[in-house]
Amino acid sequence: MQSIIQLGKIDYLIVAIYFVFVLGIGWALRSTMKGSGDFLTSRRSIPGWVAGLAFLSANLGAQEVIGMAASGAKYGIMTSHFYWVGAIPAMVFLGVFMMPFYYGSKARSVPEYLKLRFDEKTRGFNALSFAVMTIFSSGISMYAMAKLMGILLHWSFESSIAISAAIVLVYIFLGGLTSAIYNEVLQFFMIVFGFAPLVFLGLKDVGGWSGLKEKLVGVSTSQGYAPGAWTQAWSHLGAPSQNPLGVEWFGMVMGLGFVLSFGYWCTDFLVVQRALAAKTMAAARRTPLIAAVPKMLFPFLVILPGMIAIALTYQASKGGTGGFMLPAKNGSYDYDLVIPYMLGHYFPTGMLGLGMTALMASFMSGMAGNVTAFNTVWTYDIYQSYLVKDRPDTHYLHVARWATVVGILLSIAAAYLANSFNNIMDVLQLVFAFVNAPLFATFLLGMFWKRATGHGAFWGLFIGTAAAAVHHGLTIPIGATSLVKGGWLGSVQHVYPSEMAQNFWTAIWAWTSCFVATIVISLATTSQKTDAQLRGLVWSLTPHSDKGETETPFWKRAAPLGAVVLLLTLILNIIFW
Amino acid sequence: MKLDIRYPIGFLFLVVGAILTIFGAAGSDPSIYAAHSLGLNVNFWWGIVQIAFGALMVVLAKCGASKGDHEG
Repeated sequence: MQSIIQLGKIDYLIVAIYFVFVLGIGWALRSTMKGSGDFLTSRRSIPGWVAGLAFLSANLGAQEVIGMAASGAKYGIMTSHFYWVGAIPAMVFLGVFMMPFYYGSKARSVPEYLKLRFDEKTRGFNALSFAVMTIFSSGISMYAMAKLMGILLHWSFESSIAISAAIVLVYIFLGGLTSAIYNEVLQFFMIVFGFAPLVFLGLKDVGGWSGLKEKLVGVSTSQGYAPGAWTQAWSHLGAPSQNPLGVEWFGMVMGLGFVLSFGYWCTDFLVVQRALAAKTMAAARRTPLIAAVPKMLFPFLVILPGMIAIALTYQASKGGTGGFMLPAKNGSYDYDLVIPYMLGHYFPTGMLGLGMTALMASFMSGMAGNVTAFNTVWTYDIYQSYLVKDRPDTHYLHVARWATVVGILLSIAAAYLANSFNNIMDVLQLVFAFVNAPLFATFLLGMFWKRATGHGAFWGLFIGTAAAAVHHGLTIPIGATSLVKGGWLGSVQHVYPSEMAQNFWTAIWAWTSCFVATIVISLATTSQKTDAQLRGLVWSLTPHSDKGETETPFWKRAAPLGAVVLLLTLILNIIFW
Repeated sequence: MKLDIRYPIGFLFLVVGAILTIFGAAGSDPSIYAAHSLGLNVNFWWGIVQIAFGALMVVLAKCGASKGDHEG
């Protein structure tokens, strides 16, 4: 069988040069790693723009790139809600309202903030679940890369895993978080330079935006939707049956826009760690806002290729020329191959090397982000807090380095596990979704309501997680055949029009249960913390001067920048209404 | 003294841009552009863009270093 992508010598040369730079960055930073702080937190030394681009890139693993292009083909421009309703408002909220407490608390990690604000058990719960989750995420990223390289280039599973693990291990082992952050910035530019010409050529080919719109009419109507369903983001959200996502606007705005996105962007240590590495409070607050600007333009880079690919596939399926056909899979198309097919179609050798490098870079930074978050939480929140306390700092530097090695070995094990038991991974991802869904309620109450107590937070999280599980166990998406999709409690109370709708509503239930339970239990218990201890951790007990912006010029402050970002996002929503 | 990330970014794109530009101008068979990129010599032109971007990054890093500018 011929592979989808054939790399020439020049393509391999470009891939090789990129990895020389990646490893070189780690090598150049090795002598600055003197203590655990240098290795795990960059000692708060990173300029705002670097932290901002790393913040964006850490989330830009290949699952994101491949997955968003796949969704662009499956759902059209509506996929942009993951950016314009989901990510951006949450990022603005993080920068304007939450970062003063994360950064000001001097916590080295998100679980450590929970310990300062609430108590030990809340931190322990969050640290353990987060550590396990990062290992599996990193393993899944590795697995996905090995699978894709197997399909595209006929590389063996073993060699893909070995090469990617070795490269990530070397540059983190040498340069720690700083090395990961620098490489994320490099990867950001690689993705932009690798994919921008793809979008340019694709759009030119289909006759620009208006040509694409015309071609997508057939895709929409052939599946029974209104002609504009693939090119209008809001017009078809009145009822789940009117759009391919199978959701209505309320579930979408509350479930995705509020609960899931705020839960991810505002509480996930993987991204927050990048902002905590910024050199000043003002830079830390700017980090997510700087990231928000390219983030709002990313739909054009990752969703448009999917829309172009499905338009070309539809054209070819109707006997037209000049396009290509995505391969079939389980009765529909294999959407995950959108990006590889587009690269192979539009890029001649040379540019193809650049595009493939961008893809590999994003896989590896997905791994590296998880590994750096894992070694920090493991070293500070688990090892130093519960296992071996009060050793000199060099001891913890060694532990952090070895945690990197062990973290990568565990990720490899997870990748092999995913390869042999696909269902185990589905179940695990489901469990993580349950644990994550209520988190934002805990942080919201913790930061803005001083009466919230440790018992309230811990049991609120527990009840929220349980509520997510129960909701999922009692509902199914339409046409579900496996218990992983829901209904495993034996009786089905509600059938959702799509899996997406079920996910959104599971999140809404989890968040609300956690929010209410935390309030009720907090009112019934007394706080273990005094007001003085909570200064810098809670809004009402933190003087304005502690929020770090009195010296900053107006145009660099978080609130005005956030307002500009929101306004631009609103304009994008209206343009593609 | 910490590494300024703008140097590696700049040099990477200078090198990759140069390779693509030269390949596009001299080393490649024009038929690959007809087959893939709508007849546009995308290696040459996008190589030029990358060289420009790489040079800009290096210049910015030099200016930043000489001003002692550690502002983000």
